[in-house]
Amino acid sequence: MAEFLQHIANTLILGGTYALLGIGLTLIFGIMRVVNFTHGELYTFGAYFVFLVISVLGLNFLLALPVAIIAGLLLGALIELLLLRPMRDADIDTTMLVMIGAMIVMQNSEQLVWGGVAKSVSTPFPETPLVMGPVSVSYLRAFVLLMALLLIVATYILINRTKLGKAMRATFQDRDTASLMGVNVRAIYTATFAIGSSLAAAAGALLGPAYVISPHMGDIASLKAFAIVILGGLGNVTGATIGGFILALAEELGAGYVSSGYRDAMGFLIIIAVLLIKPTGLFARAERIG
Amino acid sequence: MRRLFSYVIVALLASVPLWLGDPYILNAFITTGIFTIAAMSLNLLLGYTGQLSLGHVAFFGIGAYVSALTSLGFDVELFEGFHVVHEPWPVVYGFLLAIVFAGLCGYLVGKLSFRVRGAYFVIVTISFAEVVRLVALNWVELTQGPLALTSIPPFTLGLPGLGYVNLYGKAGNYYLVLGVGLVAYIVIKHLVQSRIGRAMIALKENESLAVSIGINVTAYLMLAAVVSAAIAGAAGSIYAHYLRIIDPDIFLFLYTVTMVIMVITGGKGTLAGPVVGGAIFGAIPVIVRSFAAPEVQWILYGAFMIAIIFVLPQGIVPAIERWFPRGPIKQPRVASQSAASVE
Repeated sequence: MAEFLQHIANTLILGGTYALLGIGLTLIFGIMRVVNFTHGELYTFGAYFVFLVISVLGLNFLLALPVAIIAGLLLGALIELLLLRPMRDADIDTTMLVMIGAMIVMQNSEQLVWGGVAKSVSTPFPETPLVMGPVSVSYLRAFVLLMALLLIVATYILINRTKLGKAMRATFQDRDTASLMGVNVRAIYTATFAIGSSLAAAAGALLGPAYVISPHMGDIASLKAFAIVILGGLGNVTGATIGGFILALAEELGAGYVSSGYRDAMGFLIIIAVLLIKPTGLFARAERIG
Repeated sequence: MRRLFSYVIVALLASVPLWLGDPYILNAFITTGIFTIAAMSLNLLLGYTGQLSLGHVAFFGIGAYVSALTSLGFDVELFEGFHVVHEPWPVVYGFLLAIVFAGLCGYLVGKLSFRVRGAYFVIVTISFAEVVRLVALNWVELTQGPLALTSIPPFTLGLPGLGYVNLYGKAGNYYLVLGVGLVAYIVIKHLVQSRIGRAMIALKENESLAVSIGINVTAYLMLAAVVSAAIAGAAGSIYAHYLRIIDPDIFLFLYTVTMVIMVITGGKGTLAGPVVGGAIFGAIPVIVRSFAAPEVQWILYGAFMIAIIFVLPQGIVPAIERWFPRGPIKQPRVASQSAASVE
């Protein structure tokens, strides 16, 4: 039982950041119909940016976090303007190939710049964990969960309570009609990609210090994010939030009770199972594409 | 004219080991050849049926592992006290089993993944490859996991009058790759220029329309998936017996990307496309290696892929064909000019 409670605690911490990853991708995939292979690289970028700011500029982790999120926002906007805007009328397979090209470039640039050795980041939190009965959680990881939840709530407010969010939802429902109603669809696309990317960078900036930072950490983060999106249903932010926690739970229990080697296989098995049983996702609202 | 041109190309390729002294360059020729065969098989799915399968490396890797394990033998305990023991077999059987096994996996994956289309199809195929990679990494008893399968025997050919010949050397492997490549090319050529190929192109251009005129879409997709996976398995088998060591990294997504880049750059849905693309991306590492880190090679691959899609979305071969139109048209031309740019 104690072991199980510890798994649940780990699930919550992992799930919060997975939810951030999934929400970012579901916005991009849902609104722009772009299969964003660079999502995992933005996750890696966020983690390295925190490392850069802390170790080179000597700033505090708490300050580095917002800097990394803003950097992710800017990098996302740049990718959208350079690669996706000229490709807006191309079919989904073509943009997918462009994004794979971008992923390869980003991944290897990271490896070239930072080398293959994993980095760790020092944080202002105490080393000794917070012990609650049978469960022990480090202060850093508790902070990670708290920040992830805050960012999830902020995204909800952005999408449901602001004018930008309303325009994003309108574009998701019907691009052409939204455009006729005066929504600047091009700007919405850039904003969507930038926001989605900043959420991925935030996830990396939060999880990176909690584990280690390596150039390959993003390799399967994109695919995990896809698992979450598929689980939650396309463009469904609530679904992605729940999906993030479900994936984290599946990974934790799989690693704990089956075999730690197959931790990463859980996401893929979920993808295959969901698409074969209920291809619209567990919390489906929208029509599926393709 | 075109036929003569093909003969000249084959003769030139066949003469390479005779005048090429540098073993490193010959090695590059062999590995490029192997990946070109894999790219040709991917082209059957990607170029002719229009399904972007990004798990193709799984069939390549499965072929490599099946062939290596057949020729090495193994002893695996499936349940308590239930052992599956396999004595080493000659490599040729491994090669044939690799083709059969990869084809079978192609059938199963096709059966599962053709239920969805577009982005979802892509994600299912990638997921399959990743699951296979994790199995290869974790089923240590069978695959040695990250320690890799080593001392894989080289290819052995039973030649009439010569007895058995071991292909230890690079030249022997080169001719093996060339021979298998030619066979694969001819198989794919006959397939796509037949009624079957026209049906595949029809369903790529407009699936609903193809269904409405009575084309059995699923059957043709499955056929393409099986043939494509089987050829990739053959390429994987040659790769395993040439390198004589394989590890789970053979399943890395980067290798699928390599195949995709070759197909896209050369021209998807053309027979010569993967060969041209293979030649270009086989040459890049050789050139880049002299002055830069391996990462630079990959950065160039990625940048090249983006540039090709922006500048020549149909690839190099269709662009050249537009400059040099062929004479009287024998087969109906593949009308794919509009596929990527409009839609």
